[in-house]
Amino acid sequence: MNRKNGLPETANSGKFSRRDFFGMAWKGLGLLAGLEALGMLSAYVFSGKNKQNPLSKQMQEAGSVNSFAPGSVTAFMGGRFYLARLQDGGFIALSLRCTHLGCSISWEENKKRFICPCHSSAFDINGEVLNPPAARALSYYPVLIENGIVKVDIGSLKERNSFRKDQLVYAQ
Amino acid sequence: MQNILLHVHPLKVSEKSLTFHRTFGLGGIAALLIAVQIITGILLRFYYIPSPAGAYNSVVFLKHQVVFGQFVRNIHYWSGVFLLMIAFLHFLRVFFTGAYREGRRVNWLFGLLLLTIIVLSNFTGYLLPWDQLAYWAITVSTNIIGYFPFFGESLRMTIIGGKELNADTLQSFFAVHSALLPFMLLVLVVYHFWRVRKSGGIMLPAGQEKGEMLPVMPNLVYREFIVALVLMAVLFLSGALFNAPLLEKANPAYSMNPTKAPWYFAGVQELLMHFHPFFAAFIIPLGVLAFMALIPFLKYDQPPSGHWFISDKGKKSAKATAVFAVAVTLAGILFNAYVLNFEIMMPGIPAFISNGIIPLCILFLLMFVYHRFYHKRFRLSKEERVQAVFVFIIVAFIVLTLCGIFFRGKDMALCFPWNA
Repeated sequence: MNRKNGLPETANSGKFSRRDFFGMAWKGLGLLAGLEALGMLSAYVFSGKNKQNPLSKQMQEAGSVNSFAPGSVTAFMGGRFYLARLQDGGFIALSLRCTHLGCSISWEENKKRFICPCHSSAFDINGEVLNPPAARALSYYPVLIENGIVKVDIGSLKERNSFRKDQLVYAQ
Repeated sequence: MQNILLHVHPLKVSEKSLTFHRTFGLGGIAALLIAVQIITGILLRFYYIPSPAGAYNSVVFLKHQVVFGQFVRNIHYWSGVFLLMIAFLHFLRVFFTGAYREGRRVNWLFGLLLLTIIVLSNFTGYLLPWDQLAYWAITVSTNIIGYFPFFGESLRMTIIGGKELNADTLQSFFAVHSALLPFMLLVLVVYHFWRVRKSGGIMLPAGQEKGEMLPVMPNLVYREFIVALVLMAVLFLSGALFNAPLLEKANPAYSMNPTKAPWYFAGVQELLMHFHPFFAAFIIPLGVLAFMALIPFLKYDQPPSGHWFISDKGKKSAKATAVFAVAVTLAGILFNAYVLNFEIMMPGIPAFISNGIIPLCILFLLMFVYHRFYHKRFRLSKEERVQAVFVFIIVAFIVLTLCGIFFRGKDMALCFPWNA
């Protein structure tokens, strides 16, 4: 064996020799070192990311409960949400992002619907899909009402497939 | 200088391989464009600031305050656009002259890798000006990744470093665009060329005399020099006449109408208008990519001919298939937009079936009928049939891309370019 490399043939040729063992060991160690380097590389590249998000864990005050008329939609562009108050007085803070490809939707007052300019998906005041291609209802942010003040937790976006009653928040 | 030029070339080349219409010099043109990209890219780095607060202003400063700033930016933009087009044409040339068989299989795969890297270079560069065009094009395209099954959303968040485009996205795109990809490109291009030489130079038609062997200097080097001069003239002219686009600064609260993906992804975006995202963004592109990678490893019944489009029969079938592909794609786009929308027609059935499996089955059925009809009449060889599938994919892709770029207006509705 290994005559090609000019190495002497060992006595126990044909069997698993010491040289074979060391050869395998080197390969194994090399593979291990490679994987380790890959792990370190990805840890380096990705661990520092996604930690500078200015929106994380942030409560935004929207205003007093009475300043939002039932059936109205108010835009908060800084927090990137629409605060909708339904006819029955329930609040929901809808994300600005269309669930199709992430464009910014806009509220059309006369048609009472959200329209996405990119592929004309439409959503009702609850964020429910009225018109495809969007397949999921608009994501929303948790709303908290304290002492008659509406606050929106713009750090924790909630995704959903469709609208449910328990996503609404009411003033006591 | 002459030594370097002679070092990268063989001593002698066959007179046959000097014929311009063998290759149209596309590989060499691409290499030169890469050099232009690197030089202008380095120049841009002297002024560019990779942060959401600084990026846009630094580009505006470059445009208005820096002597030749606009010109350097234009050259970088246009050489990027041309590079993608030339690399695509080179890919077509290699396929249609059969230069992907036997000893060239691995180089075909490296070619596909290079094409991917060039697309990614364009894509990462698209975001850097941080204007409305950049912001929304990258938002839409990265959201398409989110539709990959299982790992799509986490892959999307890894790529952009968060739920939406942010400072981290810009920083990583900048690092990838201006360091990682150019480095890979340089190494792989050198390897790509080296493998061509190892395969005995460019592919020549089989069954012909190799012709006289001529010294590269001046026969090849002078020809390359002329092509390079013409290319630089075209590039400088484009840079002087047409400005690289720059809209208002990115505004995450306000989407453009329409929002379009970068032009080379307009075909995928057009596909998304007609198919469920799982098919448009994942199954179909993956299938096409797998087919492209498999082409050299299929078993063929004849040795490569090296002639353009294999043979006369191959030429005819390629033409007929191109016509078929244009007809099917156009009919599909128009029918889906105006007559048949399966998703609205079948409200009870999940969009995955109504807008995915059903239209895909119709497409396959049409292709099968065409294949039966055509193959029965013309008795094509396996190589010619693979070529027909290739032609169908490429032509459909081009039609979709042109439709996405030129025939989509407000709300992404179909319209003529002059009404947009």
